[in-house]
Amino acid sequence: MFDGKQIIVLGERDGIAGPAIAACVKNAGGIVIFASTECFV
Amino acid sequence: MDLSSQETIKRLADEHGPEQLLVILGAPDPESAEIAAETVVLGDPTYAGALAEAQLGLSVYHALEPEFRSQIDDEIWEDQIGVMADVLEGEEIAVAVKGMRESKPETDGA
Repeated sequence: MFDGKQIIVLGERDGIAGPAIAACVKNAGGIVIFASTECFV
Repeated sequence: MDLSSQETIKRLADEHGPEQLLVILGAPDPESAEIAAETVVLGDPTYAGALAEAQLGLSVYHALEPEFRSQIDDEIWEDQIGVMADVLEGEEIAVAVKGMRESKPETDGA
């Protein structure tokens, strides 16, 4: 899934935060080029 | 989706090529997940940001979808996402994002 891909992480404060997703991706060998945690309140 | 995030995604698509990018969402419900997925596949539905009318057709998954879950070490998954996976409507979110993923514009039969 991550092979050869540049990963964009769009987390959300009320869902799953960007750093949590990014940590999973990096641990699996993926390359995160942008990560954010948005808030729609 | 934040306007600044849309600008960044558009720039990254220009730099790397849309086919090189993979988007992972953390949206809390099916509605917001679908809008976020739509924004990176078909363009910003609110026509407010840089991705308005930009049909990038990016590959997009939610962090709760089994395709993503299967890539992640169990211990890391539990530490980082486990609690929220118990709270959020994972199956409904997965259906919403998969629907948008399958709306990806056709490009050269690829």
